[in-house]
Amino acid sequence: MTTATAAVSKEAKSGLAGLSKETLLKWYDDMLLVRRFEEKCAQLYGMGKIMGFCHLYNGQEAVSTGSILGAINPDDYVITAYRDHGQAISKGVDPKAIMAELLGKATGTTKGKGGSMHIFSKEHNFLGGHAIVGSHLPLAAGVAFACKYRNEKRICLCFMGDGATNIGDFHEALNLAALWKLPVVYIIENNMYSMGTSVERSSAVEDLSRKAAAYNMRNDIVDGSDVIEVYTKVKAAADHARKTGEPSLLEVRTYRYRGHSMSDPIHGHYRTKEEVEEKRKYDPILLFGERLKKAGLADDGYFEEADKRIKALVDECVEFAENSPEPSVDELWKDVYYGE
Amino acid sequence: MPVVSLREALNQAMDEEMERDERVFLMGEEVARYNGAYKVSQGLLSKWGERRIIDTPIAESGFAGVGIGAAMVGLRPIVEFMTWNFSLVAYDQIVNNAAKMYSMSGGQFHVPIVFRGPGGAAHGLAATHSQALEAIYAHVAGLKVVMPSTCKDAKGLLKSAIRDENPVIFIESEVMYGDKGEIPEGEYTIPIGVGEVKKEGKDVTIVSWSKILAHVVWKAVETLEQELGISIEVVDPRTIKPMDYDLIVESVRKTNRVVIVEEGWPFAGVGAQLAFEITARAFDYLDAPVERVTQEDVPLPYAKTLEKASLPNIEKIRRAVKNVLYRNGQE
Repeated sequence: MTTATAAVSKEAKSGLAGLSKETLLKWYDDMLLVRRFEEKCAQLYGMGKIMGFCHLYNGQEAVSTGSILGAINPDDYVITAYRDHGQAISKGVDPKAIMAELLGKATGTTKGKGGSMHIFSKEHNFLGGHAIVGSHLPLAAGVAFACKYRNEKRICLCFMGDGATNIGDFHEALNLAALWKLPVVYIIENNMYSMGTSVERSSAVEDLSRKAAAYNMRNDIVDGSDVIEVYTKVKAAADHARKTGEPSLLEVRTYRYRGHSMSDPIHGHYRTKEEVEEKRKYDPILLFGERLKKAGLADDGYFEEADKRIKALVDECVEFAENSPEPSVDELWKDVYYGE
Repeated sequence: MPVVSLREALNQAMDEEMERDERVFLMGEEVARYNGAYKVSQGLLSKWGERRIIDTPIAESGFAGVGIGAAMVGLRPIVEFMTWNFSLVAYDQIVNNAAKMYSMSGGQFHVPIVFRGPGGAAHGLAATHSQALEAIYAHVAGLKVVMPSTCKDAKGLLKSAIRDENPVIFIESEVMYGDKGEIPEGEYTIPIGVGEVKKEGKDVTIVSWSKILAHVVWKAVETLEQELGISIEVVDPRTIKPMDYDLIVESVRKTNRVVIVEEGWPFAGVGAQLAFEITARAFDYLDAPVERVTQEDVPLPYAKTLEKASLPNIEKIRRAVKNVLYRNGQE
């Protein structure tokens, strides 16, 4: 290794938050898994194997990986909206069970009861996919309330889209979290559009992090194409919550490549094809790969191997899901009332 | 047996359950320092402190959601609505989150929570503050709905509701909080889903619950038994969901005539469901079509005359009872 490359490598590494090679490659794999998983979902949706509404995460992977896999502990809670496959995977939920859920199988995360928008895993402290915009924000405050009530050093991460910042529950939840000092980190994944309505057409305040000012809440803006920045800023907010009990509001600026859901066009009338292509230049996986390469932590050989390995894993997920049984009809009457 | 007011009975239930289970806490508008808008939580703050008796801002959806989230991860909240009218801004939380969580999570997260407060009309509170909303909650799969008519039932049922593993809608009545009644000495509970024949009779069954039973039906029964020379059986289901159909059907099979008296609106009301079940299960025993007395199908007005004309009253119950006896138009 020459002195020059060593210097580049050191500089590049300094932008990697001092994280180990093992950690960084794990993150890369996680982002790639989410991407390949979602691509497969699009395919299966097209084949009519996934029903209902299915919202894909392509383009936003750095957010779930940096914050959930990176910034918090396994016993911390995560709750999110309906674009939830990525968050679930980053929390460690078995992608086979997620795929089985999408196919409506008995081996799915909720035995085929929730579908794409409602992935849950108690084992992983993953409190769901929630499909009524904003309605899970008070739940997150309640989870943090319970952590505080029991004097646990756990926190709750709560993800939402930019559209959720306009509904009443956002304001009620933020006020309560700040008023009662609850250890919750609210993360807006601002992908610029609530379905087909852009932020400037739906919010009087375009800089969404500023909404925190109304509740005197700690806040920050995060570059969602940079997994390291996501990790660093979410970790700071999570540590702050753990230490002081105080909440934060983070606005992560990100972008989704697909339509709002699988029923929607990729651009349609609300954004241009050129915009989508331009945004793809800042692809979080490509950018992270470049940095790993520059830092000498991964080479093309690794990327090829990872891609092959992850595609095989996704194929395994599909195979598992396809070969799983459908829920039996008597399941219909189960899980309505607990203990009855 | 000690005699207490309804608010004291409810207060005792909460106090005892907080003593019994550290996970139980009370949250709502004015429940702590103000000692409760209707003084149901009187003294609980000084006994249990701010950690467990929690004043909230006016944010029903927000604090209902906080309760649900806390229940998902193991606490047992009692969420007080100052009145059930205000629960409508939290309806999404109750219907989409509390009621569905257990099913939608495939049995992973259940929600042991009690939502409680006064429902129905008081006096001159007009349309937005006078609603009997039990039917819209009972309609939702995943919820239980409890509506006691006596102090004894209120205490025993609230204790059961707090211990229940599912979301329970517990509807009281503002005008009943001062009503006095006997309660058993010491620890007792009354199971959810079990009704009671409050008075035996042989000619007509009246099914009614909560305030309408306590404040209207009892007076009507006394008047009509004398006036018509009949004996009326009174069945109080106590729980709206799950409904104790067996008890009601058994009574109807005995008396062969039934009148359902409820405070809610007629369309898709609790009585409509009851009338269906009675017809399906006791058709051959009925000597007359099932009669219902409900509030009129209008938003409840403010003026005394109009309020009175809309709500169930003795005149309306008399007409219904005489209908099932085929005695209208005979005098």
